[in-house]
Amino acid sequence: MAEAEDRKELEARLKRWESTTLKEALAANPERREEFVTTSSRPVKRLYTPLDLEGKGYADRLGHPGEFPFTRGIHPTMYRGRLWTMRMFAGYGSAEDTNKRFKYLIAHGETGLSTAFDMPTLYGYDTDDPEAKGEFGTCGVAVSSLEDMQVLFDGIDVSKVSTSMTINGPASVLWAMYLAMAEAKGVRWSSLRGTIQNDILKEYQAQKEWIFPPEPSMRLVVDTFEFGSKRVPQWNTISISGYHIREAGATAAQELAFTLANGMEYVRWGIDRGLRVDEFAPRLSFFFNVHNDFFEEIAKFRAARRIWAREMRDTFGARDPRSWLLRTHAQTAGVSLTAQQPEMNIVRTTIQALAAVLGGTQSLHTNSYDEAYQVPHEKAVRIALRTQQIIAHESGAANTVDPMGGSYFLEALTDELEEEAYRYFDRIQEFGGIIPAIRKGFFQQEIANSAYRYQKEIEDRERTIVGVNDFVVDEQPEVEPLRVQEASFRAQLERLKRIRRERDSKRHARALDRLRKACEGDENTMPFLVDAVKAQATLGEICDVMREVFGVWEEPLLY
Amino acid sequence: MPKKIRVLIAKPGLDGHDRGAKVVARALRDAGMEVIYTGLRQSPEDIVEAAIQEDVDAVGLSCLSGAHMTLFPEVVRLLKKRKAADIVVAGGGIIPEDDIPKLRKAGIQAVFGPGTPLADIVRFFRTAAKGA
Repeated sequence: MAEAEDRKELEARLKRWESTTLKEALAANPERREEFVTTSSRPVKRLYTPLDLEGKGYADRLGHPGEFPFTRGIHPTMYRGRLWTMRMFAGYGSAEDTNKRFKYLIAHGETGLSTAFDMPTLYGYDTDDPEAKGEFGTCGVAVSSLEDMQVLFDGIDVSKVSTSMTINGPASVLWAMYLAMAEAKGVRWSSLRGTIQNDILKEYQAQKEWIFPPEPSMRLVVDTFEFGSKRVPQWNTISISGYHIREAGATAAQELAFTLANGMEYVRWGIDRGLRVDEFAPRLSFFFNVHNDFFEEIAKFRAARRIWAREMRDTFGARDPRSWLLRTHAQTAGVSLTAQQPEMNIVRTTIQALAAVLGGTQSLHTNSYDEAYQVPHEKAVRIALRTQQIIAHESGAANTVDPMGGSYFLEALTDELEEEAYRYFDRIQEFGGIIPAIRKGFFQQEIANSAYRYQKEIEDRERTIVGVNDFVVDEQPEVEPLRVQEASFRAQLERLKRIRRERDSKRHARALDRLRKACEGDENTMPFLVDAVKAQATLGEICDVMREVFGVWEEPLLY
Repeated sequence: MPKKIRVLIAKPGLDGHDRGAKVVARALRDAGMEVIYTGLRQSPEDIVEAAIQEDVDAVGLSCLSGAHMTLFPEVVRLLKKRKAADIVVAGGGIIPEDDIPKLRKAGIQAVFGPGTPLADIVRFFRTAAKGA
């Protein structure tokens, strides 16, 4: 056969090259290190050739863009048709403060909104809760009530712009507020586009902003799948997120594997509820990190699409091709930002953003250079947004589909990451699935081990971080400060007080009571949540009811 | 055998970012110290109680949510109140430059930002514990 002969010929030539040209070169100039590895400590060979892709057909492994298995992208024309959504994650202080930041970003050309909530909101506490002490608006916006949500989107046409909300434990409550806010503006739910992160599994594994134990939390997630598929059909009811898994220390392969394994767990729970897979799978979306290692990151996105398409079609029996598509948001790696010589973060972010684009992301956030110090100030955010615009309009990367496809190195990396993900799927299976593995601390320990190894590599100077362990300068970094204003805090407390004073207390009590009964039973909680927020129940009050019914999670302690 | 240095690594407030705290805990353990990790969502009261119960030489606080100005000084204040001011307190996290002198003044003996070598942190706790 011609192929086998070609292969033999190639092998022979490679051997010849190794024993002559390469050998002489190495004798004259040894390589810089004995072993080269990626950011995730994956060994990288000197040279990749067609031999690394042997036996792996183009059609099966790659396919054309817009066709199974979508390795080359989910759309036939990718960015030639429509650029990715430039979606900057933003939030600090009060709803008024963040509303201003949203408008600033829209004015500078961002094409989707993304909301960062403060810690109390993420944990389902109101701003005036004792647990919230010192945390108001520091790393996101405080939203305790429907009125806060209305202020947050004041003057923004939510029928046109898509909105992402990074909220997990109390995701369904914040979504209920968003729906009620839209309704009050006269916007039909069926026209709303956006995403709630709503990925509770990775909270237990990595981000650690959980409230309730896994089982009731999963029930709440499936409630949103069911409700969304019927009432808010264009909404992504989950963003299955590797981002935080990676930020917590995971390698690229762990990020890929844990995220997809979580994704499959949500699919199982949806099916167990009695939903048809094609009813809800098209509204599952993803969110990946994009770290420093350019090629490994691109490969990760491509491997993710291929695995997801195969699992959805072959394991879960999805028939609707939209169920096979892994649609994803991406964010540059916050953890890669350095406090030393912070301006260099602009360069890091550029490389990472380019990798996300070459990886075929649908949506992108670029970090600001001052984020090793604080929530970013306006100019830093604008530079980060401009970075995406330069990639989109000046670099040429958006002019053809999957420009890196066919690179021997990239295709080999894609295959390797895929294989490693399947090895992790098997290990998770040995624990009896995702939730038992969480209870035993499997993911948490894997991530902590990787984080420690990475830090040791920096410490031992096996890994160079420019400005941190090499190329160091002694200078005071110049970062324009951004502070949450005391006045915003006081105004927020006042608003909460007024809401509690002025609301119809009977309607409020009744709504919370009905919510409690729904939580205790097995009805879908979403309609009750919408009623409760309309009755001016606050986030904290609603979550208190749920905490009472569901209990709270305590994580296994390890480091 | 000399007594092992005992350190409490604590996560005050609601912040869930535990990568740094865990890496530091492990580095101190590898350097031969006894490390107690509190886990997440500890109030300053919880932390002080644990520090006293565990009879530690030092406490390392980690906060990346921006609530450090409220939470770190509160730990120092409560330690004083409990007559345990000999326990050394250090902190780390996403902390703006301007806040560092204020934290130092409030009794946080060292503030470690992103990129601090683990060796520096180990050295700090070793020296601090000897002084205690």
